[in-house]
Amino acid sequence: MNGNGKKLEGKVALVTGGSRGIGMAIALRLAQEGADVAINYQRTKEQAEEVSKLIDQMGIKNELEKLALLIDNMDTREHAKEVSRKIESMGRHSIICQANVSDAEQVWRMRDEVVRQFGKIDVLINNAGITRDKSFAKMTPQMWSEVLSVNLDGTFHCTKAVIDGMLERKYGRIVNISSVIGRMGNFGQANYAASKAGIIGFTQTLAKEFASKGITVNAIAPGFIETDMVRSISSEAMEKVLAQIPLRRLGQPEEVAGAVAYLVSEGDYITGQVIDINGGLYI
Amino acid sequence: MRLENKVAIITGASSGIGKETAILFCQEGARITATSRSVEKLEQVCKEISGHEEKVIYVKGDVTNREEMEEVLRKTIDTFGRVDILINNAGITQDALVTKMTKEQWNNVINVDLSGAFNCIQVVAPYMLEQGSGVIINASSISGLYGNIGQVNYASAKAGLIGMTKTLAKELGRKGVRVNAVAPGFIKTPMTETVPDKIMNMIIERTPLRRMGEPGDVAHAYLYLASDDAKFINGEVLHVDGGLVL
Repeated sequence: MNGNGKKLEGKVALVTGGSRGIGMAIALRLAQEGADVAINYQRTKEQAEEVSKLIDQMGIKNELEKLALLIDNMDTREHAKEVSRKIESMGRHSIICQANVSDAEQVWRMRDEVVRQFGKIDVLINNAGITRDKSFAKMTPQMWSEVLSVNLDGTFHCTKAVIDGMLERKYGRIVNISSVIGRMGNFGQANYAASKAGIIGFTQTLAKEFASKGITVNAIAPGFIETDMVRSISSEAMEKVLAQIPLRRLGQPEEVAGAVAYLVSEGDYITGQVIDINGGLYI
Repeated sequence: MRLENKVAIITGASSGIGKETAILFCQEGARITATSRSVEKLEQVCKEISGHEEKVIYVKGDVTNREEMEEVLRKTIDTFGRVDILINNAGITQDALVTKMTKEQWNNVINVDLSGAFNCIQVVAPYMLEQGSGVIINASSISGLYGNIGQVNYASAKAGLIGMTKTLAKELGRKGVRVNAVAPGFIKTPMTETVPDKIMNMIIERTPLRRMGEPGDVAHAYLYLASDDAKFINGEVLHVDGGLVL
């Protein structure tokens, strides 16, 4: 095999949360390797506006700036379209598909849509994830449920939806995006850490269940990667983080995408693994 | 070409995983120094790397012999002008149950598999530090992670390599040199050829992916970790074992 060949030619990939950040980098990289890519995104601007109205009624309308940012971040449809256009310009096929991964019904509808367009799903990247940080004392049950239902239930629903097709064709590559936080915990992230640690147990179990069926299941545990999610960390806190990373920098989304590309194209003998991409933060 | 303009030193390059790695790295654009104890076998490997002759030199190098490894480095620098990647792949086995293992068997395996990697790193790392960049990859093993009957020497050496990898990731990472390890499971190489069929079949049955690994599976792991795709990975032990837990 040489580096110039398209290693994923003829393969179809579904990337959840593919409109921005790490998911976007993964979608683009898989397309670069020859795959056709379905890009899942969660919300449209209209939905975001509805949410904002609700928040408004709850009486925090003074934080307009924050809200505007929130809406901007939620407008993932436009982002997803942009990623899709980029992929088409690379000569691959791409579609965007809306679904909140925490909702099984929406996930199955998304699966049907991708299969209708591309005929199958060979590669699933469970990347969609959210944070709702708060110290445990102040964390509400709702904050807990929201994170668990997107990050962990979402991974379950998406995997459940694609697995039958993979079993039928005796081929599948599943990569779940965990986090270094799921390995080491973090102040204010009991919900996020639990969801990401859960993904590791999920990965290892599915690796055992499906290895003999030609399906590999692995996880990637990124450390601090330069995305919107991490940009919201205060510069003071960030300095502390950097001091703990031997490579003395944040990671790039493309560096996570590189690991995904490796696992799904050349990692045929790797299953049940968690690849840490953290610059040495957690060794 | 994922290793364009990179220079790699590969130890234990005369057979098995090392040989496969030498071939793959050349295909990916690297210039390489292939080294092992046997010059004759190295010469044969270099003949097999067809079309890339100008990219390969081979130098006799016993990893337990510091002077020989210094010569390997000197020739690499003289020929290619730099060194970006060190693959500490050389390793041996001398299996016996602990009650029957001789002191010599213990020493031989620790010397080659653990101290050998230390030697190579001490020789090569100063050049990488001066460059401000470099990648070191150590060959650990599933035996080092879980232990394996009859391999107290090998398992200790390979577990030691993990401690070495993690420590050096911290020491050298700050200066731009990444240090990682690969932990292969059972791979079809001359080393595993001596394992009796009965035991091998048992191992395959216990391997979730239901096959032995190919040398290329490990060579691709080295390639990935050595490439810029992995440039935020430091202190990692990548298991290439088909899901097997011993």
